[in-house]
Amino acid sequence: MAGVSVSEVAIQGLKKLLSEKEDLDDVAAGAKIEKLTLELQGQKSHSSDPAVQAITDGFTDFKINHFEKYPDFYNELAEGQSPKFLVFACSDSRVSPTFILNFKPGEAFMVRNIANLVPPFNQIRYSGVGAAIEYAVSVLGVENILVIGHSRCGGIKRLMELPGDGSVHFDFVDDWVQIGLPAKSKVVAQGVPADQQLEALEKEAVNLSLVNLQTYPYVKEKISEKKLALRGGYYNFVNGSFELWELKTCISPPIIIE
Amino acid sequence: MAILPSISVSLDLDPQRHTAVLLRTPTISTPFGLHRISVKPQKIFGFKMDSREIEQTRMRLSTNFNSSSTLTTKASREPSGLTQELDSKLQAVPESESGCDLFKDMKHRFLSFKKNKYMEHIEHYEKLAQSQAPKFMVIACADSRVCPSAILGFQPGEAFTVRNVANLVPPFESGPSETNAALEFAVNSLEVENVLVIGHSCCGGIRALMSMEEEGDSSSFIRNWVVVGKNAKASTKAVASNLSFDQQCKHCEKESINRSLLNLLTYPWIEERVRKGILSIHGGYYDFVDCTFEKWTLDYEESNLKEANGGISVKDQLFWC
Repeated sequence: MAGVSVSEVAIQGLKKLLSEKEDLDDVAAGAKIEKLTLELQGQKSHSSDPAVQAITDGFTDFKINHFEKYPDFYNELAEGQSPKFLVFACSDSRVSPTFILNFKPGEAFMVRNIANLVPPFNQIRYSGVGAAIEYAVSVLGVENILVIGHSRCGGIKRLMELPGDGSVHFDFVDDWVQIGLPAKSKVVAQGVPADQQLEALEKEAVNLSLVNLQTYPYVKEKISEKKLALRGGYYNFVNGSFELWELKTCISPPIIIE
Repeated sequence: MAILPSISVSLDLDPQRHTAVLLRTPTISTPFGLHRISVKPQKIFGFKMDSREIEQTRMRLSTNFNSSSTLTTKASREPSGLTQELDSKLQAVPESESGCDLFKDMKHRFLSFKKNKYMEHIEHYEKLAQSQAPKFMVIACADSRVCPSAILGFQPGEAFTVRNVANLVPPFESGPSETNAALEFAVNSLEVENVLVIGHSCCGGIRALMSMEEEGDSSSFIRNWVVVGKNAKASTKAVASNLSFDQQCKHCEKESINRSLLNLLTYPWIEERVRKGILSIHGGYYDFVDCTFEKWTLDYEESNLKEANGGISVKDQLFWC
């Protein structure tokens, strides 16, 4: 049919609506129109950047195979989250806990940083980690904190090398990994053979983090109420194994001497 | 707290020397036959344990507890709970989310990953074990609903990921933090080509930022952290104060992503790479109510022109729904 296309008719209708309706929320309408424009652009543009194309494909796969398959589950999640876990894992691209432990959306409040370190309580220096712990423990009420270390950790390697020979200069990384110095001292003091030191430190740093967690008042409180468990984990991707352990505190009953 | 799983032992924590217990799962021959999940006896903190020792110790503990009536009376602050636990011997009575269930569940999940992914692509994983070369650095929120691996399908090796409350990037001037330590490593050492900051709908951290009073309780960690986003809050208030609180929060969620993108440019080694065109900075917004994803890229040249009023210029906008 000659003349006006379907989309042109639609645009005319929209223009009419916008000019006539006085009580229309302009900001909201503007946002909706912008969204539509982007959507239409997205449909016609196939990204030339393979990295961006990869995440486009990833999201499409998630939407079709997960979100749309379980609408009740995702609608409920959208109302609020109640994860049972607070997970600390390394930022390393090879160790996403979602991938290796199959955490579903809604299960784990997850913090990822270099060498999965938890610093001791310090509101000035470490407000980022503290905010995550405070939110997870006090607001969300998680029942478990799991700190997962891993093999071939670059952050732990840097910690082991500190202070280094000065050839490589890292301001922020060095400042961060020195949180693990007590663990390093312990490994060295124990006389662990040189070829086993990195793995020993990767695990010892997890335990140090578990101990540091107890310096946060709300963590301590929940532990004493038996509402919170602290666990450590170690993912070894060289031999394909996973270790899991628990840190328990117990104050034995007093011996009364009279 | 968690009931003791059947084959582990907990040691009283010596305040001077914190120890952890190594949990051993039984050795099993798996369908793919190659690796046991159990860990060979290892020297951790000077302890060498094997399963026989663990069983003996456990039985010793159990016997000691039951036979000493004085201890029984004094030890339990919760009278029946503790005795019950040990009476049940090797069978922990599973409650929902008990320690035993959790360990079993985690073991199954890991084994499933190992069988269906790790062993299926063993050569890839062996190569990855040598080194990682991710193209992306991702900064996402710690919210349990927005894991980038889940929603964007990042496979092992693809994205160096930082997750913090409200996916905030503090500026260079604020000094060292875990977020910029990760940035330094990803950009200078791993030499990623893309940095992607992903925000999301119904963000509790942004909501806390928007709800915060100017003079408030500064003993809160959340407050001390989300204040990184105060510029986003200010510009939200400037343009959207007539909207409902929920709509303002949504606006701030997106505004804060853009602020983080600008904060990225305050790092000299990031700005240099962006200027040379070897690093791209992107923002992303995941709406889990509608299941949509928006992505945009910082337009460096255009943003420089707008620098005076702190504006940001973007390009390559995409919207997936």
